[in-house]
Amino acid sequence: MSKKILELKNISKIYGNLKALADINLSVNAGDWLSIMGPSGSGKTTMINIIGCMDTPSTGSVILDGVDISRENAASLTRIRRDKIGLIFQQFHLISYLTAVENVMVAQYYHSMPDEDEAMEALAKVGLSDRAHHLPAQLSGGEQQRVCIARALINSPQILLGDEPTGNLDEENEGIVVDIFRRLHDEGVTIIIVTHDPEVGDVAQRKIILEHGRVVGDIDQSATFGEALKLRGSHV
Amino acid sequence: MFWHMIIKTLIRQKNKMLMIAFTVVLGVSLSTAMMNVMLGVGDKVNRELKVYGANITVRHKDAALMSDLYGLEGQGVNDKFLHEDDVLKLKSIFWGFNILDFAPILEGRVSFNGVDTAIIGTWPEKNTTLPTGEELHTGLKALRTWWEVNGQWLGEDDDDSVMVGHILADQNKISVNDKITLTANGQSKIFTVKGIFNDGGNSDSKILMTLPSAQAMMNLSGRVSAIEVSALTTPDNDLARKAAQDPRSLSPDEYETWYCTAYVSAICHQIQEVIRDGVAKPVRQVAESEGTILNKTTLLMVLITILSAIGSSLAISNLITASVIERSQELGLLKALGAYNWQIVLLVLAEVMITGLAGGVVGYFVGIGFAQVIGQTVFGSYIEIARMVILIVAVILFFVTLFGSIPAIRYLTALKPTEVLHGK
Repeated sequence: MSKKILELKNISKIYGNLKALADINLSVNAGDWLSIMGPSGSGKTTMINIIGCMDTPSTGSVILDGVDISRENAASLTRIRRDKIGLIFQQFHLISYLTAVENVMVAQYYHSMPDEDEAMEALAKVGLSDRAHHLPAQLSGGEQQRVCIARALINSPQILLGDEPTGNLDEENEGIVVDIFRRLHDEGVTIIIVTHDPEVGDVAQRKIILEHGRVVGDIDQSATFGEALKLRGSHV
Repeated sequence: MFWHMIIKTLIRQKNKMLMIAFTVVLGVSLSTAMMNVMLGVGDKVNRELKVYGANITVRHKDAALMSDLYGLEGQGVNDKFLHEDDVLKLKSIFWGFNILDFAPILEGRVSFNGVDTAIIGTWPEKNTTLPTGEELHTGLKALRTWWEVNGQWLGEDDDDSVMVGHILADQNKISVNDKITLTANGQSKIFTVKGIFNDGGNSDSKILMTLPSAQAMMNLSGRVSAIEVSALTTPDNDLARKAAQDPRSLSPDEYETWYCTAYVSAICHQIQEVIRDGVAKPVRQVAESEGTILNKTTLLMVLITILSAIGSSLAISNLITASVIERSQELGLLKALGAYNWQIVLLVLAEVMITGLAGGVVGYFVGIGFAQVIGQTVFGSYIEIARMVILIVAVILFFVTLFGSIPAIRYLTALKPTEVLHGK
């Protein structure tokens, strides 16, 4: 049986009178590929912020790699995020004045030591060896997202966390990115992505449906998001 | 990677960084100019204040005592005189270079048109070479710069000429080039009136002549009543005031400090060491005015420096904060990638400090230029560059930049990656 890498226990996040997450329970094993779907305002981003150590829950516990991180201070969360989480963003968030390889090396710099050879290897993994010395503005959206994935992978994180990683990509580039995820999954990387796109979400081995801050569906690979949503009579 | 990011940021944000550097240039140049002027202004202001005349008077100790006790001055108070051949010794004291001008005075009374009239014998001009080889050009003319003279000043050897105060000249209808006869001790001498002066004081009813003429008329060869001295002095402080009361009350260390500082009391003390039977006293009104004006001028310079530093700091603060807000997504990303707050702050501070340093170097040299412009315009001479200003400016620059960065640092430490990366 796989090791439990992440466990959310009775997680709630409250902003004033708004309950963004309500009593969430979720376990993720090492090597899992999990996609989270839900309509706008369902709490997807809040959930990914908490898993990504960029926010803390109002109540409940977050157990990451066996350690409860829910009451850690900002500096500890920064250290944990740096060591255990790889982040992929919808808007890529590459530093505009650094080349592709330098953008990857920035993550190395804040983790340990920049190593250009390793950064080039990471770019090779996402098929961008020949674009390594281009600035973000000289890359297509798909290429920028692949740089973002290389940056997220460079420090060998325990969880790869994607917030709408294909949200800004065309169909062709979406396919390329999904193929990269598939390959990473085969290599044993734990992947958690938030997506609006059922086609992307369905590739994952496990799907979580969020509504009004609650988990309303936790389905395996045998069913699609579409089928699950049809049964619930809701949409994303 | 750290320096690589800084260099690329500086290049990418060159317009903003140039604005920050320009602000630093303005602040540092003003501070540099003010501090150089402030440190060099003591002598300059003192020299300017010399138009108010002598700030030290040397008299025979008995004459000084009568003056202290009864407020009596002038000829007839007593018959104690100083020696003319001691006068040049003034330049041999420890602070001899600070003795700018001096003139011996011999006061006496003669009969003019049958009326008892006061005369002043002096060195109108004195040009000589001291035993040290130093060329000396001094005399009463240098001490009475405010005199309005109709005609001409007496020359060094004008022993047959006199200058007449304008009140006495008006009373006796004396004009320039007139001949007047003065009588004293039973002998008369005819003098040519070379000039009529307006002093605005008691001297306007007196007759001015060369010291040899006065000594001959008074039968006081080699004697002088007093010496007027104009010296560059340092404003008094507690030590100087304590020493002025009694130098023997000072500890050896205090005495050394006092003796080697150009306090008016220290210079008076040193004058007394070389003038036989002389008592040197500061002309308090002039000496204190000089100190007050100098202190106020220095205070004004310090205030301008502080205000320029505050102004620069505020301007830098706005520019840096604007720059950081503009880059909040990039800086938030660095936090998301694992950068600690201090690493982000260090990155931004390094960028600002490098920019500030570049602006500071330029500002320093511009400030030296400003100082010279001020020196030429106000004092008519160049301001000496004080090396210590470099250190002071560096410290000011550091703190101005640091304080200017505080709002940006507060913003950075409060910045949450989630807020800028998800566009919330």
